[in-house]
This record gives sequence, C-alpha cells and structure tokens, in this order.
Amino acid sequence: MVKVQSIPSPAIHADERSQEADHPSSLVALFGKDQPLPLDCGIDLAPFQIAYQTYGELNTERSNAILVCHALTGDQHVANIHPVTAKPGWWETMVGPGRPLDTDSYFIICPNVIGGCMGSTGPASTNPATGKMWGLDFPVITIPDMVRAQAMLLDRLGIETLFCVVGGSMGGMQALQWTAAYPKRVFSTLAIACSTRHSAQNIAFHELGRQAVMADPDWNNGRYSEKGIQPHRGLGVARMAAHITYLSDAALHRKFGRRMQDRELPTFSFDADFQVESYLRHQGSSFVERFDANSYLYLTRAMDYFDIAADHNGVLAQAFRGIQTRFCVVSFTSDWLFPTSESRALVHALNASSARVSFAEIETDRGHDAFLLDVPEFFDISRAFLQSAGTARGLNRTGG
Amino acid sequence: MTMQQQALPLTGMAQPDTGHYRGDHLLVAEMVERGSKVLDVGCGDGDLLLLLESRGIDGRGIELSREGVNRCVAKGLAVVQGDADTDLINYPDDAFDYVILSQTLQATRQPRVVLENLLRIGRRAIVSFPNFGFWRMRLQLLVGGHMPRTENLPATWYDSPNIHFCTIKDFVQLCDEINVKMERAVALDLYGRPLRLNLPWWFWNMFGEQGVFLLSRAGKAK
Repeated sequence: MVKVQSIPSPAIHADERSQEADHPSSLVALFGKDQPLPLDCGIDLAPFQIAYQTYGELNTERSNAILVCHALTGDQHVANIHPVTAKPGWWETMVGPGRPLDTDSYFIICPNVIGGCMGSTGPASTNPATGKMWGLDFPVITIPDMVRAQAMLLDRLGIETLFCVVGGSMGGMQALQWTAAYPKRVFSTLAIACSTRHSAQNIAFHELGRQAVMADPDWNNGRYSEKGIQPHRGLGVARMAAHITYLSDAALHRKFGRRMQDRELPTFSFDADFQVESYLRHQGSSFVERFDANSYLYLTRAMDYFDIAADHNGVLAQAFRGIQTRFCVVSFTSDWLFPTSESRALVHALNASSARVSFAEIETDRGHDAFLLDVPEFFDISRAFLQSAGTARGLNRTGG
Repeated sequence: MTMQQQALPLTGMAQPDTGHYRGDHLLVAEMVERGSKVLDVGCGDGDLLLLLESRGIDGRGIELSREGVNRCVAKGLAVVQGDADTDLINYPDDAFDYVILSQTLQATRQPRVVLENLLRIGRRAIVSFPNFGFWRMRLQLLVGGHMPRTENLPATWYDSPNIHFCTIKDFVQLCDEINVKMERAVALDLYGRPLRLNLPWWFWNMFGEQGVFLLSRAGKAK
C-alpha cells in the first residue's frame, strides 16, 4: 500500500485552549442580561463578554486611543506572548515602543471579536442556559455585530472618540464598518488589505473551508468538545487552503520552488515529498492547536455577509457621505484575496464623499499576508499617517 | 488681448524668501486663498502640497506613479494613486475650491477633457505647463532640426511622457473655445521668475518658459 500521511493530532490539547474561551488570559469586560448585544440576525445576545488587551497609556484628554481590529484567525494578543502557543504577538512589528503604533504615544486596545475563541463570547464559550458549549446554538454574527460589541467596550472604558481604528483583512472590514457606523467616534482610519465587501471568490474559498470542517466526522455537528475530540483534519485542511490564498505564486516559488523535504528523490507515495507540502501541513496542524473549528465557521460567515454598500442602497459613497474622518487605505500588489482594485473602489467612494484619504499600494510579492510581515515601506506610511493625524488631533504637542 | 493686466504683482517672491520651493510652486501657492480646499492633480513628490499645507490650506493629491504616491503618504499627505485622464470622473462637482494641474497637462491623453473636469470639480483651476513656443524650443527645431530638449524637459521624443505639448497661445485659444475665464495669467522665464506684466502676448509666447493660469468657469466664479 502506498504510504500516506495526514495532518497529525494537535500537540496542545483542546481543553487547554477551551479554558481561554471562558477564562481568558486577558482583561475581560462582562455585560450582563441588562446590557444585551443586539445582533443583525435579530437576537439579543446576553450575557456576553469581551476579552481584550491594552498597551500604552490613555492620556488625560482620552484622545490617544487606537483600536486594533484583528483578522480572521487573529486575537487580542497583538504584542505580547500568546498564552496558548507561547509565540510573540501577531503584530509586534507594528505595535510597541517606537513602532508605527507607538505605545509610548498611543493607548492601544485590541479586543477579541465576538464569535472568536480567545475569551470573547463565541461558539466555543459556555452557553449559560445549558452549561455546555454554545456550538451551533450560537447565533450567526456579522462584522457590524463585532463592531457594535466593540463600541460597547469603549463605552465601558469611557472612550468617546478613537484617535484611530486600524485593521488588516477582516480587521480592515471592522475598521471600515466602525467608520461608517460611528463616523463621529473615529478621528482616523487605517484600512489595510481589505474591502468594503467580500467577493464571490472569497466567499467560495470560505465555503471550501467550512465544508472541510463539516466533512470531518469528528466535527460531530459542532458538538465535538463534549466528546473530548476536535475536527483537526477538517480544520487543518481548511487552514491549508486558506493559507494558500494568503500567499502568492511568486512568494511560494521563492520560498519553496520544487525543492524536496529532507530527501533527494521522490518517495512515490503521498508523503510530504515537497517542502511546500510540509509547510502547508505544518500551517494546518499548528492552527488547529490554537483555534476552535466552530469559531472558524462563524467568523468566515461574518466576512461573507460583509457589504457596506448594501446597507446604503447599494451606493458605497453614501456610507461615507460628509465624513470628517481621515483615511489611509493600503493595499499590496501581490494580494489576490483583497486585490488593489477593491481598495481603489473604496478610495473612489471616499473621493466622491470628499473625504481626506491617502491611498498607497505597496509593491511586494508576499501576497495578502504582507500586512503581517516586515515591510518597511508599509511601516513608514502607517507611521507618517498616524503622525500627521496626531498633529491634526493635537497629540504631538506634549511629550515631544 | 489684455490678459496681462489681470496678473498681479507677486508678494513674497523675492529671492531670499523663496527658500527651497520652486518658483512656479510659490506662484501657484500665491494664487490660492488661505483656508481653501485644494486638489493637486499630478502632485509628484508632494512639494507643492507641503507648501500649501504650511499655509493652512487643506490639500489633497492625485499622483500617477506608485513611488510618488508612497513618498507623499509617507510625508503625511492625503494623496491617492490615480490618473488625471481616468480618475477625475470619480470626483463630484464643486468638491474643491481649487484644482491644480502643475506641469501635467502636456502628459494627459485628453487635455481638453481634463481641463473641463478640473473646472467641474473645482470652482477654480490653476494650470501650469511648459510653453512649447519658448524661443529655445523654436530655435532647436528651426536651427538644430531636432525635437527640442531642455533642462526642464530632458526626455527624448521616443520616451517622453509628454504627448500633448502646446504653446501659451494654443492654451489661451483652448480656454476661449471651452468658455473658460482666465482670471490671471503669468509667464515665467527660464529661472522661474515672472516676466514683466506690460509685455505683449507674442513676447510671453516667445520668452515665457512656462505659463501659469488661474481659471474659472465663465460667469460662475465667485
């Protein structure tokens, strides 16, 4: 029989991660039954909680707060060691002392999204009505729902206006939704590698990922954790497929080419002969260690439903009419998940609203993932945008 | 024609005060009222926008080259990547007080359409361009028998982005044709200094290295 090798079981046990869903290693804001979160699907979610991290200090005017919105598989651990994986924060290149999002100048807040699995209420959390994991009983959430929850968190923290809302990919969607929904609460917006609506191709890739999860018998209709198992094969395959969309042909070729993995010749099997296979399998298996399969279903769905124009009679410019917020839109040349054309459509709509907008397309072969990587030109632009917005907001007067 | 009489003396143009700014930029900046909202089409590295912002003007820019845009954004300017020929249609009517087209008209595919769009988007337009009627241009063609090249226009004919050269005379004629009012007109010499005002048009067309025009819609300007 030909040798096969599939995605191995996760080294970190599901229980360890599910601790984070209810009792996160973060700050937590609890919202009781008297403070429900009204969801787009018509359900009021209550009680619920938001797990978040902060970095830097809020100034006395409460004018230097930056909200960082994380991407699909990100979380609130932007710039600290991750409690589950023990790896550095996902945006340490961007957030920290002297970084573009300078924690010496700004107060950075990053919440885990509603529907996530790192401490904000989601399908991996315990349903107070049953005492069991929510699973598929959790209502379907949307990007506007995530943003509404974040607005409640800011109310709780006593922050009326954000100096900036920043995000890439799904985080960029939240940043745009923030600005469209609460224009008076957002002084500036840095929207990176994102779009005002999810494209058909992107919905298609998400559907592929969801079907992979649901086709795994261990998924068990979403009730896997009660059996002490998780659909690691399905979720791993979903992650592998998604990860390809985060890269580019050129980047894959540069990194791996057709090179073999620890061998000279093909083994004439379905083992990971090629380095690129080995890399993808590693991506799949390490993802499973830190992410909940149901949460992946819910968050991909939220992205699919996202379409700002649809809420404004199909006219995107109407979503931003008369807006005073300063925008910086950034795209990457090799990003085929959220291509430059999507950013350009946003910029056109902002121009039509006479908004103050900067738009830079950064040349790189690293695909969609470029926004998470060390791309100096991107950092320079982000830093300058925040500095000029800071001057307009009167932030740079003190503290030199 | 009596256009020259409408040109005003330029305050703050004395050599010691100009610093590192280009002569035509200072001239353009002089034409823009403080506190107004300006779109600079073809803003290059953003030098003019920086000058305008230093004067309390709300400036935005469009630039064709990605490198130019990114340098502008890295200076904190509100600049987007775009093309004067195709992207001006995305801007609504009367979105700006002034729209500036500095040394770019000759590089557009449809200068007339671009000019019309400038005055649709902005209440006023400021257009500067190299004058192909400048004597050194004429001399190179007449005596040298080759396409003119100068310090400011060093490209050869086969790799030049400038596909629609015109003279000051040609431009004035186009403005008349599309019913554009010339509020001010200034010709600059090779060193970026304005030519004396009381000179005849043919002299400007011969000795002006570039022309700078402040335009408005006929009958509609404030």
